[in-house]
Amino acid sequence: MRRRDFLKNSAGAGLAAGAALKLGGYDNLWSSSLPSSAPYDLVAIMGGKPDAMFDLGIQELGGMGTYVKKGQKVLVKPNIGWDQTPEYAATTNPALVKRIIEHCFRVGAKEVYVFDHTCDNWVNCYKNSGLEKVSRDAGAKVVPGNSEGYYHEVSVPGAKVLGSMKIHQLLLDTDVFINVPVLKDHDSTSMTCCMKGMMGVVWDRAFWHRNNLHQCIADYTLYSKKPSLHVIDCFNVITKHGPRGVSKEDVANLQTQILTSDWVAGDAAAAKMLKLDPSSIDYLTIAYKLGSGNMNLDTLNIKRIKM
Amino acid sequence: MRSSALSKIRIGCSIFVILLLTATFVDISHLIPERYINISHFLQFIPSANKFISAGVAASTGFIIILVLTIITGRTYCSFLCPLGILQDIFSRTGGSIKKRFRRYGFKKPQTILRYAILAATLIVTMTWGIYFLTLLDPYSIFGRSMTFFVKPVVLLLNNLLSHIFGKFDIYTFVQTPVTLFSPAAYYIPIAILLLVGILSLANGRLYCNAVCPVGTFLGIISKVSLLQIKFDGSKCTKCGRCAVACKSSCIDFLNKDIDNSRCVGCFNCLKSCQDKALEYNFISFKKPAKDARIGKETGIDYGRRNAISVSLLILLGLKSQSSSAQNKTAPVPKKASTVKEKITSPVSPPGSASIVNFTTNCTACSLCISVCPNNVLVPSVTEYGLTSVMQPHLDFRKGFCAYECVRCLDVCPTGALLPLTIEAKKLTQIGKSVFIKDNCIVNTEKTACGACAESCPTKAVHMVPFEGKLVIPETKDEICIGCGHCEFACPTTPYKAIFVNGNPKHAAARKPVNTQTDIRKPEEFPF
Repeated sequence: MRRRDFLKNSAGAGLAAGAALKLGGYDNLWSSSLPSSAPYDLVAIMGGKPDAMFDLGIQELGGMGTYVKKGQKVLVKPNIGWDQTPEYAATTNPALVKRIIEHCFRVGAKEVYVFDHTCDNWVNCYKNSGLEKVSRDAGAKVVPGNSEGYYHEVSVPGAKVLGSMKIHQLLLDTDVFINVPVLKDHDSTSMTCCMKGMMGVVWDRAFWHRNNLHQCIADYTLYSKKPSLHVIDCFNVITKHGPRGVSKEDVANLQTQILTSDWVAGDAAAAKMLKLDPSSIDYLTIAYKLGSGNMNLDTLNIKRIKM
Repeated sequence: MRSSALSKIRIGCSIFVILLLTATFVDISHLIPERYINISHFLQFIPSANKFISAGVAASTGFIIILVLTIITGRTYCSFLCPLGILQDIFSRTGGSIKKRFRRYGFKKPQTILRYAILAATLIVTMTWGIYFLTLLDPYSIFGRSMTFFVKPVVLLLNNLLSHIFGKFDIYTFVQTPVTLFSPAAYYIPIAILLLVGILSLANGRLYCNAVCPVGTFLGIISKVSLLQIKFDGSKCTKCGRCAVACKSSCIDFLNKDIDNSRCVGCFNCLKSCQDKALEYNFISFKKPAKDARIGKETGIDYGRRNAISVSLLILLGLKSQSSSAQNKTAPVPKKASTVKEKITSPVSPPGSASIVNFTTNCTACSLCISVCPNNVLVPSVTEYGLTSVMQPHLDFRKGFCAYECVRCLDVCPTGALLPLTIEAKKLTQIGKSVFIKDNCIVNTEKTACGACAESCPTKAVHMVPFEGKLVIPETKDEICIGCGHCEFACPTTPYKAIFVNGNPKHAAARKPVNTQTDIRKPEEFPF
């Protein structure tokens, strides 16, 4: 039943024009993961509120219809990892997530789901991050990710370490995957954003930590069901003591947002927001070498907007 | 009063009490607010008395109300309010439906020596040595453990089944929740006591309450002189014996028209059973009734004593066969197993307990804190605190961690073993300190990045410092560590952790982490 669902969904998504789903995408070049109708590789907006910046950004990319077709099921995956209130910026901005869900429904999404595999107690994370409420208000289904029963084994072809993993059923059951990470400093991996956020869709994170964390983060990008769009929340950013933060002193108000379908490019641009050299981050360079995206920002067609 | 309404009121009240208390122990979604949980156990005798004595909490006057109630009405606590008593009534009804004679009691001689010996031992041990007998025998705690250990897992399984079914229809009202089991040795005593209570009550009514339970015996002494008592109206009684058959406490000697009020739990079933209206619950008249020599039926078997022996045997067995629960056997095997065993010199007691001594002196192991902990970090101890403190909870950071923003266990503790702290005070209470074992750490053994401990640390007492090349490795800062154990929980090494929390026998004050304003500002231009 699972497998059939999966194949059915995959096939449906594959047929849908503009959908970014690529089976066996590991041998594709970075550019192929970008929907053909999107006019830019990356859109960056600065100086507005998170929801207003998203309105502008998605418009530049041709509207949400570029990514979501009528009747599709959409997974919106914010970072809900920690039991912190929104002003600590340990979790994705609620106003942004709400607006993304609204856009999905506006272009005819059948259902929108929100979840994250949290580090702190999931009930408190969902509640105190404000994300449960705004998602429900916007009409999305908020799904728990706290129990192994929700996760299913998949293989990652071509992965060096992460050959198989258990991922949340929502990844298999939905047609479109929108990743909404919040940019944060990270004690161990320098930063967490698009790619590292995928630790929130797998069950056994300890395996990643135990078996070459950088390689596992990069290996994940070879998994066939890739996010169609990354909306990087750089409105409030934890710049030190990440990814959890200690106090508000760690948070910088950068008022920025980055939209892209290329997570390597997205992470590289986000790294620069933290004044980090993208090539100093191992998982970024490994993912680039695996062909999962382009970290050479100079060669990208970037739209920059100031509000 | 002769009416059967009393027994109906009793049944109504007891159903309410047992549903309420069961709900507090099996509330798997943690929906019941702390203040309602506190109301639920306000009138529980031992927890309330202990809280009053240990903490002198003015609010904990529930046991005084029970004492007054007992002086006026007799041992009605045992029938109306005691969850274990009510549970036994349920067992007795079940027994009756299996075999009718299980609910036909008849007068029996009191277990005088046994019950007073247990009460005396409990009092002496509690006053001179420690709370150990109360931990074993307090009815509220026995009930609580039975719920947490045996009923809650069943509720979880049902919940997970529903979650599975509803999940198929895309409905996520029921959330899959892992069934957490304790170390096998922690189950021996709760199983033994529940079996004892269950078997006794199945065919012998309230024998446990009148032979073993120290609270029952104690309240029985008071109820001997209670103002309201059930009495025979000699002129009406036809000695049909229906009352004696109906009496769960086997305390009605109808041939002599005498009721042993020290054993009467005030269930009022006798009033209902008496067709001659010869029994009356009324204020006592101070005329001394003529007493004949008692003619009691000898059973020949001393269940109480038998079971006391079997309990002690089971206790011994339980303590002998403790297993190391520390290893999570389902964890995947790492490339290299860690080699250095954690040197734990002290277990970790919950915040709000101030010290292990204070905690183990006042905890009756009712397991309410275990049930309300949203992170499942509290588990019943086996030998961690020493043999005498078996079942009293400690924090097991392999099972979970103490959430930074949570004070739920402190807020609900019925006995005062845990006293409330504000969240701000709890965040500065050091229950233990993290200890880093470099030789176990992935960063050192595998030369790959990890940092699971540091990313979890709420105070950054565990933080990363430069190691070889680009690698960073954990370092600990004792003075801001509060011992929440998130680092130990997150550490991926097996079988031994590369970071663990060693308990503070006496809780200390942690310093507030100091932080400086970030120097990253919003850039004028895009940096890319």
